[in-house]
Amino acid sequence: MATWDLSDLEYWDAKIRERVEALGLDCYPQEFEMCNHTDMLAYMGYSGMPTHYPHWSYGKAFEKLKTLYDYGVSGLPYEMVINSSPALAYLMRDNSLCLQILTIAHVYGHNDFFKNNFTFKSTRAEFTLGTFKAHAERVRGYMEDPSIGADRVENILDAAHALSLQRRRNLAIRKLSEDEHRERLLQDAEPAPDPFQALHRRTEYVQPDLQRLPLTPEPDLLLFIAEHNPYLANWERDLLEIVDEEARYFIPQIETKIMNEGWASWVHREIMSSIDLPQELYLEFLVRHNQVVRPTPGGLNPYHIGLKLWTDLKEGHEASGMAKLLEVRETDRDVSFLRRHLTEEAMRELDLFQYEARGDDLVVTGVSDEDGWHDIKEQFLRSVGMGSMPVIEIVDADFGRKRTLYMVHQHDGRDLQLENAEKTLAYAFRLWGRECVLETVVSGKRTMLTFNDRGFSAKSLK
Amino acid sequence: MPTSIFRPFRASEAERSDRTAGDRLRHRQKIREAIRENIADIIAEESIIGKSRDRIIKVPIRGVREFRFVFGDNAPGVGQGDGDSQPGQIVGKAKGEGQGSGDKAGDQPGVDYYETDVTLEELIEIMFEDLDLPDLERKALRQIEALRFNKRRGYRQVGIRVRLDKQRTVRSRLKRKAAAKRAQEREAALTGTPVAPDTRRFPYHDKDLTYRHKTTEIRNESNAVVMCIMDTSGSMDTMKKYLARSFFFLLYQFICTKYRAVEIVFISHHTEATEVTEDEFFYKGESGGTFISSGYQRALDIITERYHPSLWNIYAFHCSDGDNFDSDNTAALQAASELTDICNLFGYGEIKPLGSRYYESSMLNIFRRLDADNFQTVLIERKEDIWPSFKAFLAKERTAD
Repeated sequence: MATWDLSDLEYWDAKIRERVEALGLDCYPQEFEMCNHTDMLAYMGYSGMPTHYPHWSYGKAFEKLKTLYDYGVSGLPYEMVINSSPALAYLMRDNSLCLQILTIAHVYGHNDFFKNNFTFKSTRAEFTLGTFKAHAERVRGYMEDPSIGADRVENILDAAHALSLQRRRNLAIRKLSEDEHRERLLQDAEPAPDPFQALHRRTEYVQPDLQRLPLTPEPDLLLFIAEHNPYLANWERDLLEIVDEEARYFIPQIETKIMNEGWASWVHREIMSSIDLPQELYLEFLVRHNQVVRPTPGGLNPYHIGLKLWTDLKEGHEASGMAKLLEVRETDRDVSFLRRHLTEEAMRELDLFQYEARGDDLVVTGVSDEDGWHDIKEQFLRSVGMGSMPVIEIVDADFGRKRTLYMVHQHDGRDLQLENAEKTLAYAFRLWGRECVLETVVSGKRTMLTFNDRGFSAKSLK
Repeated sequence: MPTSIFRPFRASEAERSDRTAGDRLRHRQKIREAIRENIADIIAEESIIGKSRDRIIKVPIRGVREFRFVFGDNAPGVGQGDGDSQPGQIVGKAKGEGQGSGDKAGDQPGVDYYETDVTLEELIEIMFEDLDLPDLERKALRQIEALRFNKRRGYRQVGIRVRLDKQRTVRSRLKRKAAAKRAQEREAALTGTPVAPDTRRFPYHDKDLTYRHKTTEIRNESNAVVMCIMDTSGSMDTMKKYLARSFFFLLYQFICTKYRAVEIVFISHHTEATEVTEDEFFYKGESGGTFISSGYQRALDIITERYHPSLWNIYAFHCSDGDNFDSDNTAALQAASELTDICNLFGYGEIKPLGSRYYESSMLNIFRRLDADNFQTVLIERKEDIWPSFKAFLAKERTAD
């Protein structure tokens, strides 16, 4: 059993908080909750939320985590922090004192990041727990409503979950209203002022199509369907909005995984080496720390990469103290952070390589040497954060005058996985209620994937 | 910065709030559903005959995966090495091959498991979940486990109070008392002292207590019998026998799973019919001509001998390739019609592997003349047909409802 009690934690917490303030971090109020490993697995299954609407996929996630844990394939995280105000973190009661101290320090790093990074500005942390609770209540309400029932709710949630990440990624950019879009289209249609008008032939004015729906390509699939499918019931529309709002809440975390974990790791290392830990605790800390931040061969460990970059950054700006670091943690997300700070040298030290599928094997096709590093970096940047999800936009909701939903995949060299595309398109069809078409590129050929009441079909376009 | 709050662990709360329970249950239901949907495929693919019930079968599950638009693997990815990665080095397996096993399972996001392992027993249970022998209620009473108490099984020194056998207990004490007295007398004789009259109480000892021992006996009283009749003649080649046996295997497993007390009779026939054991029925090959009527007649005989139709629910199933001697057709039809008169259900499955249907004679045409509600025929052409035809047999009654 544990050799510590809450007063030990409070003692070390006070010391840690001194250091947090000295580093210039700016945190939400912090709450820690002790839990056991089953609770921790359950929190993980439900993305950390103490209340969450029910869906079988969370049961599946839990079972999977539990199996991996029971068989010793993967351990449990030492901590889990929720982006909310006050920030809520869970500590596992079976962990050693050293791990608790490390975790507490780490949590303050996340807390500071949540509060200050620009991508989180739109998540409204003070409402997080309340929002999730309200969602859960509404969904349960629909499930218990005898005129709706659990099966129909599940039917919609299944489909909505499949499309949830097909939405705007950059939450710092305001979504324009329809009127603003219209105005902008009209403005853009005006010929640009030409100082040599007398010499040039007059550019012809092309009337923009203001009847078109959507006016400009629309990436928010769920919201668009909720708004423009007139046959959806109110509860169905509400479910789509709930799922979308949740996806929106998690996008900043997806977008800053490397920065955020790196930052928290940097902060905990900084704190742990300056609070006069007794030697045996400090030695244990070194071991634990290295377990967390070591590279995972073949994969990408965000803790390791993040910590490395933050460390380099600090070394490069030693003169300015913490100012540079605090600025960067506020204004960057993974893509920009890596673009700016992942140098050729750092890449070599991290031993980043590029691999491709050759038959059944994944084979290294390039390493971060003088010729290769630039390509690999581009490759890497493309896939971090939401870059790991394809961009798909609705371009026409009345294609062929048949209310067919026409979507285009912004192909960037990476093909879609076709089985997934087929199944997901079926979900889109379930929500839209009419034919859904996805234009994409398959092995270099423009292809139209269609799902309608006759099922799935694919055809190449010339 | 305000002080942080530490909330202690509360076990009671943690135990009360198993909030994953509902979602886990639903997930497991979905797995079961998925398995059930694929059962026809599984049965066609696996040769499950004679496999031990503990055998583990890999079942592909399609229903419980979650889908999104995701990238395939036509474009290169980026990974991290241990310090000296070289071009050409193999760093893993491409998707769809061996994922989810070994030490890599945890760090491969997006890879869903496709397969789940179930034992044959679980599979059978799922398969038969919503099947029943049609019409088992028709002849009332007894698919009953009759419990008979009060079956005496001797005496013991331990037991419950009500079963104390007073007579034996008293007798045991008296015996002990007499023995004690005799021992005293013998001692007195040896030492020469006179026997003092014993005035002390001679109480009961624990060892005196004797209880009646009773066991609960369960007697199965069944009134359903299933007759499995299989054609084992020479024209039944390996493939046909395989199909027939698969069918009967399902039937057998089904009955064993669902009705512990149902009796099963195995009859195999060529020109003559014999009642055989389960083992012989499933594994022994025979040859010869075919008189279908012989099988039916044997079944009828057994019924008259042992299973009177007024008391028994009788189910008869016959599998054959329909290649009967012409001369026997009338007799077969006659016997079949007798069977339909006394059986709750009589099913005939004709096994005609694809193609053979056109040049071999068929009993299906002949049995068409048999007009009875409880007579059912199916045609099994390939292994994929086994499950549907099996279901067709057993579902007949319910669809009529």
